[in-house]
Amino acid sequence: MHNLTLSELAAGLRSQQFSSVELTQAFLSRIHQHQDLNAFISVSEDTALQQAQAADQLIAGGNAGPLAGIPIAQKDIFCTLGVKTSCGSKMLDNFIAPYNATVVEHFNQAGAVMLGKLNMDEFAMGSSNENSFYGPVRNPWATDSVPGGSSGGSAAAVAARLAPAVTGTDTGGSIRQPAAFCGITGLKPTYGRVSRYGMIAYASSLDQGGPMARSAEDAALLLQTMAGFDTKDSTSVDQPVPNYSAGLNDSLQGLKIGLPKQFFSAGLDNQMAATIQAAIEEYRKLGAEIQEVDMPNLELAIPAYYVIASAECSSNLSRYDGVRFGYRCQNPQDLADLYTRSRGEAFGAEVKRRILMGTYALSAGYYDAYYLKAQQVRRLISDDFKRALSGVDVLMGPVTPGTAFRIGEKTDDPIQMYLEDIYTIAINLAGLPAMSIPAGFIDGKPVGLQVIGNYFSEAKLLNVGHRYQQATDWHLQVPKGFE
Amino acid sequence: MNSQWEAVIGLEIHTQLSTQSKIFSGAATAYGAEPNTQACAVDLGLPGVLPVLNKDAVRKAVTFGLAIDAEIAPHSVFARKNYFYPDLPKGYQISQFELPIVGNGHLDIEVDGVEKRIGITRAHLEEDAGKSLHEDFHGLTGIDLNRAGTPLLEIVSEPDMRSAKEAVAYMRKLHELVRYLEICDGNMQEGSFRCDANVSVRPKGQKEFGTRAEIKNINSFKFVEKAINHEIERQIDVIEGGGKVVQETRLYDANKDETRSMRSKEEANDYRYFPDPDLLPVLIEEALKTEIRATLPELPDAKKQRFIEQYGQDAESAATLTSSRELADFYETVVKAFGGEAKLVTNWMTGDVLGALNKAGLEIADCPVSAERLAGLLKRIADNTISGKTAKQVFDKLWNSDASADDIIESEGLKQITDTGAIEAIVDKVIAANPVPVEQYRAGKDKALMALVGQIMKETQGKANPGEVNKMLMEKLKV
Repeated sequence: MHNLTLSELAAGLRSQQFSSVELTQAFLSRIHQHQDLNAFISVSEDTALQQAQAADQLIAGGNAGPLAGIPIAQKDIFCTLGVKTSCGSKMLDNFIAPYNATVVEHFNQAGAVMLGKLNMDEFAMGSSNENSFYGPVRNPWATDSVPGGSSGGSAAAVAARLAPAVTGTDTGGSIRQPAAFCGITGLKPTYGRVSRYGMIAYASSLDQGGPMARSAEDAALLLQTMAGFDTKDSTSVDQPVPNYSAGLNDSLQGLKIGLPKQFFSAGLDNQMAATIQAAIEEYRKLGAEIQEVDMPNLELAIPAYYVIASAECSSNLSRYDGVRFGYRCQNPQDLADLYTRSRGEAFGAEVKRRILMGTYALSAGYYDAYYLKAQQVRRLISDDFKRALSGVDVLMGPVTPGTAFRIGEKTDDPIQMYLEDIYTIAINLAGLPAMSIPAGFIDGKPVGLQVIGNYFSEAKLLNVGHRYQQATDWHLQVPKGFE
Repeated sequence: MNSQWEAVIGLEIHTQLSTQSKIFSGAATAYGAEPNTQACAVDLGLPGVLPVLNKDAVRKAVTFGLAIDAEIAPHSVFARKNYFYPDLPKGYQISQFELPIVGNGHLDIEVDGVEKRIGITRAHLEEDAGKSLHEDFHGLTGIDLNRAGTPLLEIVSEPDMRSAKEAVAYMRKLHELVRYLEICDGNMQEGSFRCDANVSVRPKGQKEFGTRAEIKNINSFKFVEKAINHEIERQIDVIEGGGKVVQETRLYDANKDETRSMRSKEEANDYRYFPDPDLLPVLIEEALKTEIRATLPELPDAKKQRFIEQYGQDAESAATLTSSRELADFYETVVKAFGGEAKLVTNWMTGDVLGALNKAGLEIADCPVSAERLAGLLKRIADNTISGKTAKQVFDKLWNSDASADDIIESEGLKQITDTGAIEAIVDKVIAANPVPVEQYRAGKDKALMALVGQIMKETQGKANPGEVNKMLMEKLKV
């Protein structure tokens, strides 16, 4: 059952080949079996089985949607009523939200079953899942290696078939990079397409939730449930949600693909470049036309991102003060002591580093030089994309400079770690949708191809991904030991 | 104040907008609920929740801006003001910084008969913080977040005021205006209308401003005057003593009538303002301004002018009777129901009615005598059914019962005696019984007449018309 696609699972449930309870139990037992991956922070066995029972009744009633009875899992950044939401942090190890995130609410209404909450870098800050209070997640393709981050648990769970599909969030590459490292399909939607309500904020102007699944087809079903305007999120966009599955098989004849030359510069590893070129060759065979595009400001993305994201995070994380919820230090002597020790003891090193950077960037006398300048750069980068996308349908390039690195390999060098996101970060600054799809292997480790589209072109991206997946079988590969 | 010195004063006034729900959440704004029962997940700053702007708060801010002739920003932006405090749940206050919703406007005040225009620099929307409660927690501090997220409009004046008196006049004028506009209930005890004052002094004739001190949270007109006067004196003393005024925030202690230092400029927070990424810019279109402008009530100055012209009031009465919309409306309802000379209404309203309300500590809205019942009383004065003096008796009865003036006059037998023969008989009787004052009057001592009138009124139990009695007496005592 664990190798079936979402449509196959839905068909199996409808034809009573198996019940949702059986399906849920099967995945729960796989989760237990592969605990050493550390993909989950919480497994909500009891509520999952209750939801499965309810779904079975719904399906028997005959008017269940496509996700009814299908087990999924949530990144532990989405607030779930009654189930711990830790955001990968000691700070929220005791936090149980009295509300559901809008995304979670959507899955509940669709009758989906939540298996549990997935491991992640603390407050979504990281590119390797090594910054989790709950320990690193292992990559199913090479268990000595990282799954990427911050949605590392999400990517590992899908690759290892611990859940058929899951949610992730992407602030600078946190869906696409782990999707690439784990050989799965991950889509970061247009900023504003998926509600951020109840999704714990890291950098509000960049954060976006999205689907992580084994194929573009499955991702389309998931996005269908996640997307939509939400009155509780002022930055969500009031625009109708198209049918993401309807155009999956549309022809790619005449599709114009732009290759930003800055993505293929000297910095790109030879093997990686060759793998990406091979994928693009495949698209040429599918009828696409390829052209080079120039995006001169792309190299400014990383510094601009780390100023903006850190600035927003320094403010977003101020609410964790030990006063109302979350971690509180023992026997505080006074208010300053309560703040200092609660935050000092509960935040990890990377979170502290970004809070300090952000506080500095917003300080009187530095604001213009850092925050304001970074916003100007952000506009330049958006303009680069606008110009590039005016002549082509999608842009393509690598997701990461290399494949999954070993656990511990880059933890001592934050700059090296930040460069992991060199190909993904600019897209968040521009607010565009982008997807990572499996495109090959280097030394047994997956490689992701990045497909970037114009605002609200998720359906086109999924179509582009699906046609490729019809022509190739990279996405069907299963890591050893997880067949 | 020492006449060599001139004070320069600017006020920042926080008005709590009277919306049903909070500025960024659906929680109620009602005052006085049990602690933390009116704070939802958004107000508590729980993880993942997001602010959604209350449109009514925006409307109220625009209403204010239009009323002070201000520029309404077509594009204004919410910013985060970052600082840590236990009653500030998110660790930042959502406010407006670089782009406030209301720009340059003005308000005209009058002090000792002199009109003066006070500039208003800006007015911006923001959320209130909660309250820290330091009593009854055995050395700990309690936090009540009911107030957190209540919408505030912070109105910042230019440093245009030169005395505590002007500052109070400005504050009163603003207080009157926001109540007229029904955007704030003006309740100062509950903190709906709070004031911070920026005060500095400079030698008379000097152009540059002196160093200012900010006095925080002064919550009554009386304290504003005292706090500012005290601060002016303090600063002059410092300078004349050879010292320098330091830029700082000071707190007014009403019990000791003094201000004391809270924090210096160096200790001031760096608020690290930046645009709030959770909220979109507020866009105000012409159409909304037009729509709101059409619903603006008659403003206090215009109403005052109209009362002077339409009802022949003097400036002081007009100011009194237009000091609140409810009072002005009450007055006009009486005038209409009465139908006679407005002057009688004006006299009764400024005299007996306000006097009685004042004594009872009531607002016009709670006046036990309705406008209609008051008009009923005034009609009987106008048609000479009762004398002005009797009318006061009837008014007391109206105050304490639900009866109409006519019922009271009837049941108490208070009707004036209109039968001239009956009055004449009593006049004759009194003349006969009081030869001494009669002689005195005839000898040219006019005052003696009053004793006779008093006697007659006593005999008639006040029911004779005093004018009539006077006339008749003089006629009869003519030499």
